[in-house]
Amino acid sequence: MGMVLAALSIIFSKSSGLEQSLGDEVPPILLSLFILSLFTFYKYRIEKAESINFVDLLWKVFVTGLIATIVSLFFQLIMNMLGNTKLAQNLVFLNFIYLSNLGLVSAFLISTFIVWKRLILYQKSRFLLTTWKVFEYALLVSLVFNAMPLPSIDNLQRIYVGIMVFIGLFLSANLKWVAYLNFKQKWKSILLIALAMFYLGYFSFTLFSSTVEISEQTTDFLDFRSNIFILALMGFIFTYALFSLLVLLFNLPTSSVFEQKLEEVVNFQKLSQSIQTEQNEERVYEILLESSSNTVFADAAWVEVSNTHASPTFYTYKIKTEEIERIKSHLSANNIKGILDQGSDKTKNLNKFLSTLKGSAYRSIIAFPIKVKGKQEATIALLKDVSDGFNKENTKIIGTFANQAGISIENFRLLSEALQNERYKEELKIAKRVQNSLLPAELEQDKDFTMVAFSEAADEVGGDYYDSFRINDNKVALIISDVSGKGTSAAFHMSQMKGVFHSLSQHDLSPKEFLVSANNALSQCLDKASFITTSYFVVDTKQKVVEFSRAGHCPTLFYKKADDEVTYFQNKGLGLGILRNNGFENYIQVNSFRYRQGDLIVLYTDGITEAKNNKSEEFGYDRLQKVIKRMSQAPVDEIQRELIQELYAFTGTESIDDDYTTLIVKFN
Amino acid sequence: MVDIKRIQEDSYDLLSVVGEVDASSSIELDNAINDAIESGNKKFLVDCSHLEYISSAGLGVFMSYIEEFKKRDITLVIYGLNEKVSNVFEILGLDQLLSIRASKDEAKAAL
Repeated sequence: MGMVLAALSIIFSKSSGLEQSLGDEVPPILLSLFILSLFTFYKYRIEKAESINFVDLLWKVFVTGLIATIVSLFFQLIMNMLGNTKLAQNLVFLNFIYLSNLGLVSAFLISTFIVWKRLILYQKSRFLLTTWKVFEYALLVSLVFNAMPLPSIDNLQRIYVGIMVFIGLFLSANLKWVAYLNFKQKWKSILLIALAMFYLGYFSFTLFSSTVEISEQTTDFLDFRSNIFILALMGFIFTYALFSLLVLLFNLPTSSVFEQKLEEVVNFQKLSQSIQTEQNEERVYEILLESSSNTVFADAAWVEVSNTHASPTFYTYKIKTEEIERIKSHLSANNIKGILDQGSDKTKNLNKFLSTLKGSAYRSIIAFPIKVKGKQEATIALLKDVSDGFNKENTKIIGTFANQAGISIENFRLLSEALQNERYKEELKIAKRVQNSLLPAELEQDKDFTMVAFSEAADEVGGDYYDSFRINDNKVALIISDVSGKGTSAAFHMSQMKGVFHSLSQHDLSPKEFLVSANNALSQCLDKASFITTSYFVVDTKQKVVEFSRAGHCPTLFYKKADDEVTYFQNKGLGLGILRNNGFENYIQVNSFRYRQGDLIVLYTDGITEAKNNKSEEFGYDRLQKVIKRMSQAPVDEIQRELIQELYAFTGTESIDDDYTTLIVKFN
Repeated sequence: MVDIKRIQEDSYDLLSVVGEVDASSSIELDNAINDAIESGNKKFLVDCSHLEYISSAGLGVFMSYIEEFKKRDITLVIYGLNEKVSNVFEILGLDQLLSIRASKDEAKAAL
């Protein structure tokens, strides 16, 4: 920078020293060019710096001013050393000094101008930006005006200056940056601006005096007094500096309030961000306590968290639990129905009551409830050692903090709940997998018959069960069961039924014996209002006879090929677990039939016959009968596919109310 | 959804069951019957003429009181079952353990 400045001033001054040969218009043009290059230089240096704070900007102004002053003082020193020698009287030499000073001042003015620009345009609006541009262009025009001496019209010039002054004043009123300084920064800024003003004054004086000196000898030199640009710049910089200084001074007493507000915002943010996963409720209370006491400058504070079973937990700030207990008992002894008793939701400023508490330094207290889902979970109390220590603002901000803490805790709990639910869902998925494995992967097959089965649970887990078991070479047991109710409890009972089936069926029991034993076993383990309906079949391939009994289960559908008829077996029965003591066997009938090639039996659960369509009609026994009749000649898997398809087409929905299970046997 | 009301009539209490008894509303049925037998009365009629549907859980409620009725010497007669509901009782075999009648008069006679 110094190099540029020096080089330019030297070239400039040299040329102006040889003014006679170059002509009158050259110096102003050169000055204008010099100013323009300075402007570009500072524009890039200062404007490009992105994250510079205000004090740093002002520091730049100060440094530039200091350098300029030192150089200028150096010239002054030379002048003084020369005393009254001939050189000191030399017009060219004087002019050189003067021009050098002018260059230095220009540098100072331009750099300050750019800094001012940044300050003024802090938090800019579109309008402000436009105004600033107009101002800058107006200055540029004045610069051109200087370089090319046009026939000046006095009136026009006056209007022009008037407008510039007006815009300059308007721009000088933009001092938003001041508000963002803290107390210390404000003091620094005041100092720096005062120094900048001092430099400005000093330069004006130096320039002015040397101008006067030179003008005594000649009129043919570059008089800055006629340079509108430099004058305007000086005026503007001075005005803005003055405004800033005054505003800073007047803002000093209130800066602590602004800082406090800023801290409130920061604390509030901290509180609302405190629900990150690694943090817990404890941390929320800690942050609340810290933020609240810092924000209102409380002398002591505590948060009391009520626990359902244990005594309350205290989070304290500069106070001991014993003292808290003393204050609490004092308040309750004086029958003050406040917030501290955790019962009422009224917030009270309990100022005057504390004054009667002996041995305590505290004279005012405010307390707020911290509510989670409308229920008071904790209390925050703040203390001060002066009476009436909390104003309305304090009350409001603590109230907000307490609310925010409540929300944070609620969110935190919701988050954990959501995680818990996610875990339950996973558990249910596991239960579903386990239950699916309870249903047989493969059914017994025989040259005499083919079987297929289908089962779909309404919930994650269901209560339907089917299975088959080979008793010996020519006997196979079949079972279908439906547990009352549905969901998890049904699923547990279903697994009991499987246990019963696998332990009893291997004893080659008759269907009646099987059901009586099963009833005995289940009576011990089913809950009071639960029962299981079952049909149990023994297929004897040697005799070609099927013997079966029904324990309250849906009647089995039978297709007899010889008659080409589909009928339901109408034998009596009673669900397992309904009669738990004795007499159950009296309600069980045994039925049997001889099968022939092409005969079918269809086992199913009531989920199928009771499946409803959108008109609340049930699928019913007739529809089931018709589907089987129509498909009776098809292979079993096709019969099953058609039945399921028809069922879903009937209900018109994929979601089902009750478990669907079928087991179809076709005899060969 | 089910709506159950108990009214005292002559020598018995009349429970009228209106709506559908499924897994969730079976709890209401359970409470109603429990309240009825706790009241100390020994004779009850259950009007099911407006019972549209009963699930296995609902049947389980009736079933769970059979022993209790015997022990306390309580007579409870159900009447007015529609065909569908009646069929459900029959398939399970509950018609053999509970007294079920077609009309209110028949039910009163069975008390």
